[in-house]
Amino acid sequence: MSVDVVAERPRTVPQAVARRAQEDPLWLRVTLIVAALAVIGILVIVPVANVFVEALREGLGTYFANLFGDPDTRHAVLLTLTVVPIALVANTVFGIAAAWTIARFRFPGRTLLTALIDLPFSVSPVVAGLMFVLIFGLQGYLGPFLRRDGYAVMPYLIALVAVVVAVVSFLLLRPVGRKARQGLWGRTWIVLPLLAVTVFAVVLLPQLYLEVWPRNESLKIIFATPGLVLATAFVTFPFVARELIPTMEALGADEELAAVSLGASGWQMFRDVTIPNIKWGLAYGIILCNARAMGEFGAVYVVSGHIAGQTDTMPLRIEKLFQEYNLPGAFAVASVLTLLALVTLVAKIQLERRVPSTAKLFREETHERPQ
Amino acid sequence: MSISIKNVSKRFGDYVALDNVSLEVPDGALLGLLGPSGSGKTTLLRIIAGLELADSGSVLHEGEDISDYSARDRKVGFVFQHYALFRHMTVAENIGYALKVRKAPKAQIRERVDELLKLIRLEGLQARYPGQLSGGQRQRVALARALAAKPRLLLLDEPFGALDAKVRQELRQWLRRLHEEIHVTSIFVTHDQEEAFEVADRVAVMNQARIEQIGTPAEVYDHPATPFVYQFLGNVNLFHGRIHKGRLRLGEAEVRVAEHAAVHDSPAVAYVRPHEIKVRALPDGVPTIAAIVRHVNAAGPVVHVELERKDDGGRFAVELSKEESRELALEPSTQVFVELKNVRVFAEDYSI
Amino acid sequence: MASVNRHVLPGFSLALGYTVFYLSVLVLIPILALFLKAASLSFDEFVAAVWTQRARAAYLLTFGAAFAAAFINLFLGLLLAWVLSRYSFFGKKFIDSLIDLPLALPTAVAGLVFASLYVQKGWLGQYLVPLGIYGAYSRFAIVLVLVFVGLPFVVRTVQPVLEDLDPECEEAAASLGATRWQTFLDVILPSITPALITGFALAFARGIGEYGSVVFVSGNMPYKTEIAPILIVARLEEFAYGEATAIAVVLLVISFAMLVVINLLERWTMRHER
Repeated sequence: MSVDVVAERPRTVPQAVARRAQEDPLWLRVTLIVAALAVIGILVIVPVANVFVEALREGLGTYFANLFGDPDTRHAVLLTLTVVPIALVANTVFGIAAAWTIARFRFPGRTLLTALIDLPFSVSPVVAGLMFVLIFGLQGYLGPFLRRDGYAVMPYLIALVAVVVAVVSFLLLRPVGRKARQGLWGRTWIVLPLLAVTVFAVVLLPQLYLEVWPRNESLKIIFATPGLVLATAFVTFPFVARELIPTMEALGADEELAAVSLGASGWQMFRDVTIPNIKWGLAYGIILCNARAMGEFGAVYVVSGHIAGQTDTMPLRIEKLFQEYNLPGAFAVASVLTLLALVTLVAKIQLERRVPSTAKLFREETHERPQ
Repeated sequence: MSISIKNVSKRFGDYVALDNVSLEVPDGALLGLLGPSGSGKTTLLRIIAGLELADSGSVLHEGEDISDYSARDRKVGFVFQHYALFRHMTVAENIGYALKVRKAPKAQIRERVDELLKLIRLEGLQARYPGQLSGGQRQRVALARALAAKPRLLLLDEPFGALDAKVRQELRQWLRRLHEEIHVTSIFVTHDQEEAFEVADRVAVMNQARIEQIGTPAEVYDHPATPFVYQFLGNVNLFHGRIHKGRLRLGEAEVRVAEHAAVHDSPAVAYVRPHEIKVRALPDGVPTIAAIVRHVNAAGPVVHVELERKDDGGRFAVELSKEESRELALEPSTQVFVELKNVRVFAEDYSI
Repeated sequence: MASVNRHVLPGFSLALGYTVFYLSVLVLIPILALFLKAASLSFDEFVAAVWTQRARAAYLLTFGAAFAAAFINLFLGLLLAWVLSRYSFFGKKFIDSLIDLPLALPTAVAGLVFASLYVQKGWLGQYLVPLGIYGAYSRFAIVLVLVFVGLPFVVRTVQPVLEDLDPECEEAAASLGATRWQTFLDVILPSITPALITGFALAFARGIGEYGSVVFVSGNMPYKTEIAPILIVARLEEFAYGEATAIAVVLLVISFAMLVVINLLERWTMRHER
């Protein structure tokens, strides 16, 4: 392809001029390359090398002792590995739903919705953390209630989740086709509210009656794991959606339309066509989301309350060790996160190779129109 | 399965894609929807398939109104312009998909897939992925996939648009034969009149969101109903003149036009195809127009001559056989007399 | 081309419903809570919170450092984008992939390592400190770490534009007698200016909100090296929620304004296309 383009370029410009036009003199090239290498060297390579050298300064033994010997550090690793997957799953489900809505349908408010998805990127992480403190913190809007009798919301929350699951299952599992949707299946707008109310009552009442949840105890969200999950999910909110929207738009809707016209139900279409087509874009978004979630500092800092061994995630643990002048310990934790960053970069490059090869190239090939 | 489309309209924002279109397709027909790009033909096809919903009007299958049916309930096989093959499924999985989603037994799916692979002459390629096939092969797989669930109607969107000329030629004849074999009512969209004429047994010509004419290829070509159809189907010369009581005056010459006997002295345009003009060395006593030869192109099976009218300087094209051209010894600046053999006049207040 | 009607593909109401629900719970309601809290302050209280001398110093430092870092990145980014898109040299792919590291590296790690590199005993500090260059616990340190954090933005906006530039334009300029420098100024620079501005704006916006790395390197001294996010945290730790919220609102409004500016710039960038 590229060879053809070069060959077809009109030869109005003499070859020598063309070559000179594209090429800078040797001294300039060398200078600029050296300068670029220096920038990357000082800003990126030296710091990364420094992390590992500092972490291993006192030998491998101390390094592992720093990582696994300190119970607070161990807890920080575990906490990060609890908080991040939850935020990741939530944002992935959201990302798929948002991308499906925005890339496949035209509706009023679509541009606004797209803009709102990017909103968390322009909120300073510290401000993000503050928002959740204002809602769930002791002086926050829900604070007094949560402190007095926080667990009272749990039955309702669980019943609500059950209703959402029931409604989604109904919509996904109802039979396909005109004939099959006679009777109850066809009267969605009667059945759905009835189903919702029933499920809500069935899930809620036993909990209230049996008093499953403790009474008059405070439910901690801020300075506890739920707050960390909320803050992390907020900060990494746009990643998956942002990656999937262009992927889906580039793929086009034709394959999905083909599946529907061949008789597939919504779920079959999603499982057989949509997911296989977007899987690399999805992986790309999840990897970026993961890197950011693992490393998030500002938002998590505000909602955590820095309780060692309880609400310190890995980045927060680094800061604490740093404040305690335990530099080898701080660098040991930092080296794990740096390794994660490097793995992320490698995975990203691998995926970048795949995303266009499945999506773009295939389309370009089929779009060729010899005249 | 006969199809009728009644008063269908569709807009995209301010853009009118279909303007009150009606169309009847008899059972077993192979209809070509022919028109320039943007004429609304693909939109019409997608509305029939349920891939687009009409703003108003209805689509009937054998008299049953299916306008509210979803795409999956219409039992329509649709072949997409760029095939839309499932890129991560093999050829066999692609073809068998319509049966798989209907939960057909595996053995039955395999049997049907083998049958279709034979039909499209791609036996042995069932394990390939779409990316490993040539354009023509993909096209045939897309067709087999659409046929797998025995649709009542087959719709093809620019079926040969993305193929190179030679493959296109082969596939046209193949599609024609295939239709004779399976005889399912079919509609295909094309912007290529040659393709429409060669494949279809009926042609609907579309322009600017409307159907201009429906008929057999011969009817449409020989008796174009509108100026647009005349110009869209092949080359045509336009002669501007005035018409009065069935007589068209073109400069010095006069042509009888029986169909406009009632028109009184109004401007009119005569449409004449280049091969329907006879060139004479002398007037020979018939109504002719005097013209000067400006350019002769003798390359190819026919000779293309560009002439300039002596009276108003208008230029027009004529196609002659090699023999005729040799007899007349045409060269630039020769004076000749042309007789218009088949003239179609559209009075100007009739057309826009 | 593929115009999609909402009724043809399944799942519209389900997906839209879930999207709006999740967006509201996680993003819109919290932002609303922030503004609600700020609105509960009287005007005088609000002004008293956001316009103290300490807060003014913090804004000035936040925007000044973010601006300086973005400005430096303008040149570093152009240099890297140019070298990566125009020249071929050993290790180019490696360098290209390292550009994204600041996005993947947790900011706390960046802060930690920059703090230790530029102190007197650090790898780079041992040469710089004797020269009077303090790359840690100073305003310069904040700029330095923001340069690191914002490095990818200009490179990644300019690089594709440079790669897509039609070589014929440069050839035409050369054949019309322009020198290489004139070609750069008159032909290349105007076509990459929009991308440069977008990259600058993105790096600037990132710098305003940055917290994790700055908290390590700045020393956090009020009036001297305290940026606005650090001030918010300081107010929170004093349980002065109202004041913290007021400063957060100022920061947020400016960030939103930046978002609008970036969008306008992107539209401006696209104005030549079609």
